[in-house]
Amino acid sequence: MTLLELFQWIQYSPPLVAMRGSPWFFPAIAGIHLLGLGVLGGAVLLVDLRLLGLGLARQPVAVLARDAERWLLAGLALMLPTGVLLFMCFATKYYYLTAFWVKLTALVLVLAFTFLVRRPRIMRDRPDMTPFGARVLGIVSLSLWTTIALGGRLIGLP
Amino acid sequence: MPLRSLLEWLGSTSPSIALHESLYVYLVVLTVHVLTLCLFAGTTLIVDLRLLGFTLRRVPASEVISRLRPWSVSGFLVMALSGSLLFYASPIDRYDNLFFRTKMLLIVAAGVNAWLFHRTTCRDIADWDRDPVPPRRVRAAGGVALGLWASVILAGRMMPYQLYWFG
Repeated sequence: MTLLELFQWIQYSPPLVAMRGSPWFFPAIAGIHLLGLGVLGGAVLLVDLRLLGLGLARQPVAVLARDAERWLLAGLALMLPTGVLLFMCFATKYYYLTAFWVKLTALVLVLAFTFLVRRPRIMRDRPDMTPFGARVLGIVSLSLWTTIALGGRLIGLP
Repeated sequence: MPLRSLLEWLGSTSPSIALHESLYVYLVVLTVHVLTLCLFAGTTLIVDLRLLGFTLRRVPASEVISRLRPWSVSGFLVMALSGSLLFYASPIDRYDNLFFRTKMLLIVAAGVNAWLFHRTTCRDIADWDRDPVPPRRVRAAGGVALGLWASVILAGRMMPYQLYWFG
């Protein structure tokens, strides 16, 4: 089975056909996905702005990072399952869109970066980051998330 | 109806038609409008969660408000400007859209809530600035703001489905 055949099988499987047939299912899922964007945006920006010396700059990074993590996870919990459902509704359309593959790659990269690279550094009570290192951390995180958001916007266009 | 004919005229002006018919400019404006949501809604959410006592409990509320305000305000201005251009591109379609009307009413309500908060509840911020969980009326203002902005986002996202549901 090729990847395209797999995507076709997903999109035309009976549950997905039923979901697409419902007038409110796709809009409701898309709405939750967008609300998740706000939650995720808040959690990411709180820490990344701080890493760039902006926003709540008087607070230690770890204070913000510990608080933001809950909202980061909440944002992901809203966005990932709804994102998978949105994908499954029109899988074959996304197969042909470069923006979809760029978004997916950036998503894998940002999740690995956020939890393996960024998290251990921002959670430390006594940070050993140089201001330059903190900036790099913030810029890489913001760039990857922006790529994902742009990709998300592009693949949603008719 | 005078408003309707005004909007018909607005939609017949050549920049409106150019925007409506453009291949890329319209999509760029739409993308800016959607992506700035992260900045505006994200920073507003953090402030509202602090007012609710759900986050950054050890950081003074006034510090969260004042340090994030420039980001919320600039995000709002970009959203308002890009949103106005999206409206200008097809005034009659927007005007006839029930979700658009709902969204505008909700934005007005959110604005009134924010104004009331700054005029009344925020006056005595020194009394509750360091409270991990602020007093009930402050939490109410934060909760109402959160609910209204979430509804604004949902109403905006539902705009394309007007015909689909009410066609």
